[in-house]
Amino acid sequence: MNSTIAAISTAQGEGGIGVIRISGENSIEIADKIFKNINNKKLTELKGYTAAFGKIIHDGEEIDEAVALVFRAPHSYTGENVVELSCHGGIYVTARVLRAALDSGARPAEPGEFTKRAFLNGKIDLTEAEAVADIISAKSKSAARAALCVKEGALRKKLDEIKNELLNLASHLSAWADYPEEDIAEVTDDIIFDVCDKAISALSHLIDTYDSGQAVKQGIDTVIAGRPNVGKSTLMNLLSDSDRSIVTDIPGTTRDVVENTVLAGDVILRLSDTAGLRSTDDEVERIGVEKTKKRLEQCGLLLAVLDNSRELADDDLSLLKEAKNVPTIVIINKTDLKNKLDTDRIKLYCDNIIKVSAASGEGKEEIISAVRKIAGADKLNPSEGILSNERQRNAVINALRSVTEAKESLKNGMTYDAVTVLLEEAISAVLELTGERVSDEIVDRVFHNFCVGK
Amino acid sequence: MNTYFAGEYEVAVIGAGHAGIEAALAASRLGCKTAVFTINMDAVGNCPCNPSIGGTAKGHLVREIDALGGEMGKTADECFLQSRMLNRGKGPAVHSLRAQIDRRKYADTMKHKLEIQPNLELRQAEIINIKQNDFGYELTTKMLAVFNCKTVIIATGTYLGGKIFVGEVSYESGPDGIFAATKLGLSLKELGLPLRRFKTGTPARVLRRSIDFSNLEIQKGDEPPQPFSYETTNLGENKVDCHISWTNEKTKQIILDNIHRSPLYAGKIEGVGPRYCPSLEDKIVRFSNKPRHQLFIEPCGLNTEEMYLQGMSSSLPEEVQLKFYHTIKGLENCVIMRPAYAIEYDCVDPLAMNATLEFKNFEGLFGAGQFNGSSGYEEAAAQGLIAGINAARKVLGYNPIVLTRDNSYIGTLIDDLVTKGANEPYRMMTSRSEYRLVLRQDNADERLTPLGHEIGLISDERYARFMNKQKLKRSELERLKATVISPSDEVNQILVSRETSEISTGVRLIELMKRPQLDYKVLTPIDKERPDLDSNIFEQVEIEIKYEGYIQKQLKQVEQMRKLEEKHLPVDFDYSQINGLRLEAQEKLNKIKPLNIGQASRISGVSPADISVLLIWLAQKKKG
Repeated sequence: MNSTIAAISTAQGEGGIGVIRISGENSIEIADKIFKNINNKKLTELKGYTAAFGKIIHDGEEIDEAVALVFRAPHSYTGENVVELSCHGGIYVTARVLRAALDSGARPAEPGEFTKRAFLNGKIDLTEAEAVADIISAKSKSAARAALCVKEGALRKKLDEIKNELLNLASHLSAWADYPEEDIAEVTDDIIFDVCDKAISALSHLIDTYDSGQAVKQGIDTVIAGRPNVGKSTLMNLLSDSDRSIVTDIPGTTRDVVENTVLAGDVILRLSDTAGLRSTDDEVERIGVEKTKKRLEQCGLLLAVLDNSRELADDDLSLLKEAKNVPTIVIINKTDLKNKLDTDRIKLYCDNIIKVSAASGEGKEEIISAVRKIAGADKLNPSEGILSNERQRNAVINALRSVTEAKESLKNGMTYDAVTVLLEEAISAVLELTGERVSDEIVDRVFHNFCVGK
Repeated sequence: MNTYFAGEYEVAVIGAGHAGIEAALAASRLGCKTAVFTINMDAVGNCPCNPSIGGTAKGHLVREIDALGGEMGKTADECFLQSRMLNRGKGPAVHSLRAQIDRRKYADTMKHKLEIQPNLELRQAEIINIKQNDFGYELTTKMLAVFNCKTVIIATGTYLGGKIFVGEVSYESGPDGIFAATKLGLSLKELGLPLRRFKTGTPARVLRRSIDFSNLEIQKGDEPPQPFSYETTNLGENKVDCHISWTNEKTKQIILDNIHRSPLYAGKIEGVGPRYCPSLEDKIVRFSNKPRHQLFIEPCGLNTEEMYLQGMSSSLPEEVQLKFYHTIKGLENCVIMRPAYAIEYDCVDPLAMNATLEFKNFEGLFGAGQFNGSSGYEEAAAQGLIAGINAARKVLGYNPIVLTRDNSYIGTLIDDLVTKGANEPYRMMTSRSEYRLVLRQDNADERLTPLGHEIGLISDERYARFMNKQKLKRSELERLKATVISPSDEVNQILVSRETSEISTGVRLIELMKRPQLDYKVLTPIDKERPDLDSNIFEQVEIEIKYEGYIQKQLKQVEQMRKLEEKHLPVDFDYSQINGLRLEAQEKLNKIKPLNIGQASRISGVSPADISVLLIWLAQKKKG
């Protein structure tokens, strides 16, 4: 039997109302110990989906007025008996109500435990459960919106479209094979090619937007690099509106990698403000340069900062050469000073150039829009459905591989029964993704994602 | 009433149709003292519907029955009139053999095989009562003979509570004017079997010389025709042609004008009919935008002038039938010899059975064929064979045999019936199998003959022949791997003529065979060392080479499913104790008691979420 768990289920400290959710076999009895109904009727006597008004009383002391909502298993979010106590918001009050519930026999819920129970009780499928986990840990607006779309079915809708096209084709093929003597419309190569192409394009789009989706959700590892004193730290501060980096005009101040997470529009950037790429004899600074190089190899975005008021140096060029390997935005800083930089030469390396004056804040919007473009966020339409984790991406890649193979087989002159094998393989990959088909691996995944067991 | 005790049997089979025949032959051949009861000695092995055996997926079943040591394939070969491999262009997975047969000869041949079978008694008797006793079951006949039977196989077909409908006319009857079994149904209900009503139908038989064949498309058999049985060596030639015609707007209009006279549409028939072989009025109402429907005119035998109108099943009044048949090209002046009719009958909910075809709550009681909710001779025979084998094994004290979805269509058929149930008469189709490329009609022997030998229905002699064939097949595969074809004008000419790329260096024969454009036939001139082997060996080798990648994919799926099949569920467990399961899933699981997760996942009403719950419950249980 599952223990009864409780937690504050509204955002802490904000809003007018705070909700304490209690879930588990004994949740209604526990709520009865702390909730005094205005008409004296016990919550245990209430049916599911009913509300009662009363007071929260603990240790003889009245904490707050509250509304108690009673849900009876299996008709609740978790599939268990649930009581939701809505009281006045604020950290102090909600924390006291929660304490009262815990003192009366509940134990604190672990992060995501309500969702875990909902999943284990068959109330939501794995895709939805993953989406809820995403919402809980979402770091930005866009990520939350994307996660919400999975839960509410944008991804599901997209996958259903793909699935239905493939299913229709597969069933047409079956009918045609099973009823050779009923004049069922012949399946032609063109029909199969057409369906395969559509599926390939839709599946590819999902994979293409995956990285953008990840960028939105988890952020992009971003390196700010440039010669000493080009204004990297000022730029970082501009983007993060804080004083994380130490900004001085003595070259080489930033000796180590400084990290900060900033929001460029709706894209999360995990910024590393690095030492420049200057050749140096200073041992400490040299270590910093090494670290910068290493970061460059691993990052997803390079902000190469140049100084408008200085001529292009060898160190600048060696940085610009990185543009070949990493998505790069060249930021020409200090546009308020006299131009000495050869912009045309820079264009030979990278044509994604933005002129800013970090000190005055000019050019911030342009940087944000360039970042969004590189992250793909400008093309990202969460209402079209976005894959949210590796499991989902993997299933889509499998489906894509099967459909592509189906098309290839047909091109090579294989018979339709062989092509059907591949189409069905693709369908089952999609079904597994939507949770309409289970495989043995699901258990492993569940045990991996959720702490299940004794 | 004055009943008399008439004897004891180890296995008693009620009904001598296609299910009953296989059941009775299997049980007696395995050494059990067996009786098979038929309501009319002249109805043994009757084909009350189409005069043909096989067809898509059904041809697979016949091959599998043969591979296990059943009789249907051999008898069909002995009585064949014309044979065709359907779906030739669509790939080996869906190739299906179909043979027109001489229906009277088929029935006589089967009857004689029952008569000469040691351990077996064929008796004309209507069973009117069944009850459990200390011995097992007590059967009472209409003539008041009482038999004690250790095991009983019910294979009553459409006779059980049979009722015929032709327009406004309806009466109690089995097919072809034979008496229905009117009392047994009540007795089975009293015993506690969940019975329900299904319906099916058949078209008219018309007089050959009243048909004008001159403008009809002819459908000829394959040359050379292929046999069903791996044991048939000399099939002979095709003996008849079939013909094709079409309905038209006039046909449609007559049917629509009279649709209110159809007992189905007038609401007189309560039984559920098959979507898969609908009556013509069904087709016209449901696919109203289709301007015409195809029909096949098939001879019923060599010594009869009756012609079967495949696709023209109907339950409209006889006068309406005549009217609409007369609108069809070639049938303008046709004379109806037997009218089309619909027949309603009692059958059982197969969810009450195990995959052994034994009832869960009645030890020693088995069901097979249309009684189990299926349709078709081949589906019936397949179940009859398995029920016969398992009844005999029960008597002999051996473990039951359960065929699986990954070794046969028979296993798929039975798993579907006992796991998903049947909401309408169940027809086998290739799309019902997820492992089509593995379960081919050409390799049924490879999949099942070793099992047939182990069971005891395949003789040592036949098994030795099979083993030898397998050896020849392996060495042929080795030969193709070892033989190198050097580039030459002759070789490249052939390759170019098949629109595949030329070779410039020596290439192994097996690599050429992998190309979809090439096959044994095309490669004959350059494959000079080819041994003289049975055509079935070449067929299997060629398919295995060409489809290797695809077959491997399916085998991988088989492996994945097997993992779920290996997660065993307790049979005596109350699923309402698992909170996470939805109510419907709890009920279904408690009713069906699946043996493993794989079977549970196929139950309708058990969702993937429920399966996750079950998997996690099992895993937690294991952890203790």
